[in-house]
Amino acid sequence: MTDLFEVWVYLAEQPLLWLTVTLISYVLAHALFRYSGEFALLNPVLVAVTLLVAVLLLTETTYSQYFAGAQFVHFLLGPATVALAVPLYAQAHQLRRLWLPLGVALTVGALSAIISAFLLGVGLGLEHEMVMSLLSKSATTPVAMGVAERVGGIPPLTAVFVILTGITGAIAGLPLLKLIGERDAGTKGFAMGVASHGIATATAFQHSDRAGAYAGLGMGLNAALTAILVPTLLWLLTFF
Amino acid sequence: MIGFLALLLSLQLVGEIIVRALGLPLPGPVVGMLLLFMGLVIRGQTPKELNQLATGLLQHLSLLFVPAGVGVMSYLAVIKTHWAPLLITIVGSTLLAIVVTALTLRLLTRKTLDHD
Repeated sequence: MTDLFEVWVYLAEQPLLWLTVTLISYVLAHALFRYSGEFALLNPVLVAVTLLVAVLLLTETTYSQYFAGAQFVHFLLGPATVALAVPLYAQAHQLRRLWLPLGVALTVGALSAIISAFLLGVGLGLEHEMVMSLLSKSATTPVAMGVAERVGGIPPLTAVFVILTGITGAIAGLPLLKLIGERDAGTKGFAMGVASHGIATATAFQHSDRAGAYAGLGMGLNAALTAILVPTLLWLLTFF
Repeated sequence: MIGFLALLLSLQLVGEIIVRALGLPLPGPVVGMLLLFMGLVIRGQTPKELNQLATGLLQHLSLLFVPAGVGVMSYLAVIKTHWAPLLITIVGSTLLAIVVTALTLRLLTRKTLDHD
């Protein structure tokens, strides 16, 4: 028994363990998603995260111990984001014609995300700090956290809200867009990317390369716009 | 392949430098994405190996969000206390934004197509 415990202590301190457990959880979550006929609620990110949180709580592992291993996966987000330019370039011929509709839809979409979060949050009685942490939730994590810090929110809490927003869009995005009769893959992807950043972009790529490319574009553009809009809207609010 | 991986990392690095030097409210990788896009527009085509690398990285993009997602565990207490208003706000606002963006784009592209 002591031997086994020593093995555990050794493993728990190595990045190998949590890196491996992260990959296994994702492989299991992805297999479950496939076997369920790609049932939206069994979103691979949601299932893998739930599984990992359960394992970490059961083994009394802290997030920083876990992240020491998982950071190698996390690191790839950077180059993967840069790589989004490749599918985007494949749509370049269309983008030239669509820049105005895309720009307007982006602006209207970003405004609706920020204003509805403000009204719902205030209306449901959430504390000021919480509301300020929610406003930038549709932007990708580093931007959302930066905005939260600027407007008096709690950046780590914003990171959580960003993840939950992404999972919401990844789960509900495609069924919802089907419900409103949207057929164009580009429009579907763009709406998901604007409202739910990278996590929904990942789901859009499972739909089609075209949807993924537009989602990546929506995510990138909304990162910039949210950073400008949230402080501006709050500034305008001071006049009322 | 390794050459293009080095290219992606270099563009991310340049992106980080630009963001910090100019004080832009953007993540470095998003600027790196814009730089790569401009590079591809100038070059006029995507090299085959870069295409393979991008496809490989983006095929399991979901996996890359898992470590950050697990961070939710540090805030379980806050979420538990306010779960109902938080859930309604996040889900409601996100679904609204998806519908509004899609309907706006549909309305405007229909008009453009009509003029064609």
